[in-house]
Amino acid sequence: MPKDHGIGAASKRREDVRFLTGTGNYTDDINLPRQLYVHFLRSDVAHGEIRHIDTGAAEAMPGVKRVFTGKDFEGVGGLPCGWQVTDRHGQPMQEPAHPVIAQGKVRYVGEILAAVVADSRERARDAAEAIEFDIAELPAVVDMKAALAPDAPKVHDDLDGNLCYDWGFVEENRETVDAAIREAAHVTTLELVNNRLVANPMEPRVAVGDYSRADDQSTLYTTSQNPHVIRLLMGAFVLGIPEHKLRVVAPDVGGGFGSKIFHYAEEAFCTFAARQLGRPVKWTSTRSEAFMSDAHGRDHVTKIELALDADNNFTALRTETHANMGAYLSTFAPSVPTWLHGTLMAGNYKTPNIYVNVKAVFTNTVPVDAYRGAGRPEATFQLERVIDKAARELGVDPIALRRQNFVTEFPYATPVAVEYDTGDYNATMDKLEEIADIKGFAARRKESEARGKLRGLGVNAYIEACGIAPSNLVGQLGARAGLYDAATVRVNATGSISVMVGAHSHGQGHETAFPQVISEMLGIGEDQVEIVHGDTSKIPFGMGTYGSRSLAVCGSAMVRATEKVVAKAKKIAAHLLEAAEADIELRDGKFTVAGTDKEVAWGDVTLAAYVPHNYPLEDVEPGLEETAFYDPANFTYPAGAYACEVEVDPETGKVTIERFAAADDFGNVINPMIVDGQVHGGLAQGIGQALLENCAYDENGQLVSASYMDYAMPRADDVPFYTVDHSCQTPCTHNPLGVKGCGEAGAIGSPPTIVNAVIDALHSGGHKVDHIDMPLTPSRVWAAMQG
Amino acid sequence: MTKVSMTVNGEAAEGEAEGRTLLVEFLREELGLTGTHVGCDTSQCGACVVHVDGRAVKACTMFALEAEGAEVRTIEGMANADGSLNVVQQAFQDHHGLQCGFCTPGMVMSAAALLDETPRPSEAEIRDYLEGNICRCTGYHNIVKAVLAASGQDAERIAAE
Ligand code: FES
Ligand code: FES
Repeated sequence: MPKDHGIGAASKRREDVRFLTGTGNYTDDINLPRQLYVHFLRSDVAHGEIRHIDTGAAEAMPGVKRVFTGKDFEGVGGLPCGWQVTDRHGQPMQEPAHPVIAQGKVRYVGEILAAVVADSRERARDAAEAIEFDIAELPAVVDMKAALAPDAPKVHDDLDGNLCYDWGFVEENRETVDAAIREAAHVTTLELVNNRLVANPMEPRVAVGDYSRADDQSTLYTTSQNPHVIRLLMGAFVLGIPEHKLRVVAPDVGGGFGSKIFHYAEEAFCTFAARQLGRPVKWTSTRSEAFMSDAHGRDHVTKIELALDADNNFTALRTETHANMGAYLSTFAPSVPTWLHGTLMAGNYKTPNIYVNVKAVFTNTVPVDAYRGAGRPEATFQLERVIDKAARELGVDPIALRRQNFVTEFPYATPVAVEYDTGDYNATMDKLEEIADIKGFAARRKESEARGKLRGLGVNAYIEACGIAPSNLVGQLGARAGLYDAATVRVNATGSISVMVGAHSHGQGHETAFPQVISEMLGIGEDQVEIVHGDTSKIPFGMGTYGSRSLAVCGSAMVRATEKVVAKAKKIAAHLLEAAEADIELRDGKFTVAGTDKEVAWGDVTLAAYVPHNYPLEDVEPGLEETAFYDPANFTYPAGAYACEVEVDPETGKVTIERFAAADDFGNVINPMIVDGQVHGGLAQGIGQALLENCAYDENGQLVSASYMDYAMPRADDVPFYTVDHSCQTPCTHNPLGVKGCGEAGAIGSPPTIVNAVIDALHSGGHKVDHIDMPLTPSRVWAAMQG
Repeated sequence: MTKVSMTVNGEAAEGEAEGRTLLVEFLREELGLTGTHVGCDTSQCGACVVHVDGRAVKACTMFALEAEGAEVRTIEGMANADGSLNVVQQAFQDHHGLQCGFCTPGMVMSAAALLDETPRPSEAEIRDYLEGNICRCTGYHNIVKAVLAASGQDAERIAAE
C-alpha cells in the first residue's frame, strides 16, 4: 500500500489551492500606497561610448519624478560576483566593474542607460522616449574565438583582453592525459556547441523597492530564488545598507530555473530610488526586456577527445571549452563552466585520466550564468555524445560500451576531484531497458519505416552533483561565501509547528514536502506543520533554492532542528511522566515510557513548554523552538539513464519525439508525485534545448531572438507523455534524509539522448552524419541529410 | 480616461481606462483581480486567458474599452459556489498539473473552454488546444492528464499507452 502521509506519500500540494483560485501573491500583485513606476531605457547597441545623455525634456514630462543615469550611481557599489576562479597559472580571473546603470560605455544590447521614475507605468515609458542620448557605436565582439584574437575590440578597456580566465583541471594531470591519448588504441573526437538558452520562467522579473523614513528601513520585494543572498549582496556590496535595516521578500515566485538566483541591477535600482524619492518604486519586466536582461544560460563551444584501449575501456578524456561570460560577470557565472562542469567530466565512468581546459570569454552579450543544471548539462552533453560516436566508430552497442565502463564500486574518487558516495548505474540502465522497452525498438522502427519515417533510438547515462556544498571545499574552489542552510522549527503552544526555512519554493512544492518529513519524525499530521519561506525578516538565514539543494541541505537543517526539538520535548515529557529521560520514546505523536503504559500526548508536552503550572525550570528552559544550520559533508550525486525514440521525416528534416523514458536514482524520495513532476519539467526543457530553443545574436551583437515569436519554447504539442521511474534508490550516505535532489536531472540527461536518437535515425537512413548542433531544427537536420 | 463597465465573475464592475489600457491591465490594476497573469508582450503565452462572453480570450489582446458591457470570467470566478475547487481546478491539483502556478490561471481557463467545446477531448486535441498556453514547469505531462481526468477519462491509462 502506498503511504497516505509522511515520507514517501504522494501528498497533494497545499499551495495549489491558492494558485488554482487566483489568490497567489506574486511580486507583481504587490502594489504599495504612493507607488511610483520605473521604466528603464536600455541600450540598443551592443558596444558603444556614451558621449552624452540629456534627460531635461524627459524630466519635464507630466508625472515624471526623476530620471537617473550612470552619474547618479558613481558613488554606489557595482554588482558583485560571488565566485572567484583561479586560472591555470595561479592567477585570479579578470573581474570587471559591473555598474547598476552604464558608466561611460554600454556593453550589450539591453544594458541600462537611464531610468525614468514616474507616477504611472505609461508616463514613465513615454518620458523615456524623450531622453536624448548620443552613443558612438564601437565594433562588437560576439563570437568567443574572435574575441580572443589579439586585435579584437575589448569589452572592458581596463582589462587585459577579453579572456576572463584560462582554467586547467586538474592542471597537474595535463601531461599524463596527453600521453594517454597519444598511446590510445582508438581516439574519438567531437566538436560541439552547447546552445545559448534563456531560462524563461513564465513570471517575468519584478522588483518593488520601499523605504520608511520613520525607522530607516528599506524593503525590497523581488522575484528571487534566494532572498537572503540578495540581502547580503545588495546590502553589503551595492547600497551599503546593514542587514537589520534591509528586508528582502520573495513571495510567490513564478519559476526560476536559475535565472532568479542572481542579484540584478533592477533590484538595486528600485531599493536605491525608493530611498532617494521616499516613495515605493516598482519595476515589472516585460518579456522582451526579460530576454535582454535575465542572465542567459549555457553557450559553450567544446572539443572533446575520448581515448579507448584495444578492449574498449576508456583510458583518457581531454576537453577544451570556450565558455561565454557575456559582458559582465553575473553572480555565479565563473563557477558554472569550471566547478559545476569540470568536476562532472568523469560522468558515470571510471576513466582514469581526465583533463579539462576552459577559457571563459567576455563578449558584448547579456551576462551568462546558471540555468537548470548549470555546467552539468554541458558536461553530460559532451561526454554522452562522444561515447555514442565512439560506439558507432567501433561498431559496438552503445549501451554495452557504457556498461563496460561504468563505475561499479563506491565510494569512488574521480580524477576530477570529487567522490561519488553511492550509486548503481547498472541498476538504472536495467530499469531503463525495461521501461523504455528497448527490445521492442526494432519492431517500432520497422513500423515507422513502413510509413516512410526514419526512427532512431538514443540512450545515455548521466550523473550530476547537487546539494552544493561542503563550505570549506567550495571556499577552496573560490566561492566567496559558504553555502550552509538553516531552518528554525517553532513548535507553538498547542503543538502545531511553523518551520522557517532558508530554501525558497517557486514550484518545487516545499510547503507540502517539508511537512511530510516532520510529520514522519513526530507522528503528527502534515496539516499541523506550516512552512514559512521567502522573507528575511521571518527567517534567520538561508541560501535559497538552486542546484537541487533544498531538501538535501535545507531539509537536513530542518531535520537537525527537529531532532533538537525532540530532545528537548523528551526532557519535558520525562518530567511530566516522572520518568527517566532515557526511557522516553516518541511515537505516533505520543511520548511513552518504555515498558510501561504511561503516555503523554505531543500537544500536552508542547503546552507545558509554554504555559505550564509545573515545569522543571532548573533543568530546561521554557519554550520549544530550535534552529539548526547544516553544512553538507559532500555533494549528492543523482544519476540515471534515459532513452528517447524519435522519428525524422526524411522529406523535411522534422524531428518528433515518439517515446521518452527516464530511470533516475534520486536516493530516498519524500513525495513521488512532486519528484515525477520535477523530472517531467526538466525533460521538456531538455527537449526545448535539443530541438527548439536558441538564443541568437547577429554579428553586430543584436539579439535576434528576443520574443516568443523568435525564441521557440516547448509547447504542449511538442512533447510526448514521458515514462519516468525513480524506484532505483541508493540513498545518499551523508545527509540524514538520504536524499540526492531531483530538480535538474531531466534537463541534464535529455539533450544528448535526443541528439543520439536523431543521429541514429539518420544513420538508419544511410546518412553518415556524426553530429548536428542543437537545436535540431528541421532545416539543420535536412541540411545534414543532404551532406 | 474613459469609464468602462462590465460584469466580472457575475458582479457588476466599473472603472477607468485609457484607450490603450489592455483588458488584462484593467482586471489586474483597476479591479485588483491579480489572478490573471501577464507572461509576455506578444500574445504568445496564454497566462492572461479569461472568458469573455463565454469564449476563451487572451486578455492582453483586447482593450478594456472593447469589453464594455461584456460578461467576463476570470480564475477568481471559477470555484464552485461553496468555494471548493471546480472539476478542472480539482483535476489540476489531483494530477499535479501545476508547479509555480504562474501559467495556471490561463491553463485552467483554456482547459475549461476546451471542455465546453469538446467534452471528451483526445490527448492530441488537448495538446493542440493548449498550444497557445506556455508552461515552463510541468513539461505538460500532468496538465494533459488533468484535462483528461476532468473530462472523466482514465488519465493514468491513456498516459501509459
Ligand atoms: S500575456 Fe497574454 S498571451 Fe502572454
Ligand atoms: S506551473 Fe510554472 S509555468 Fe506552468
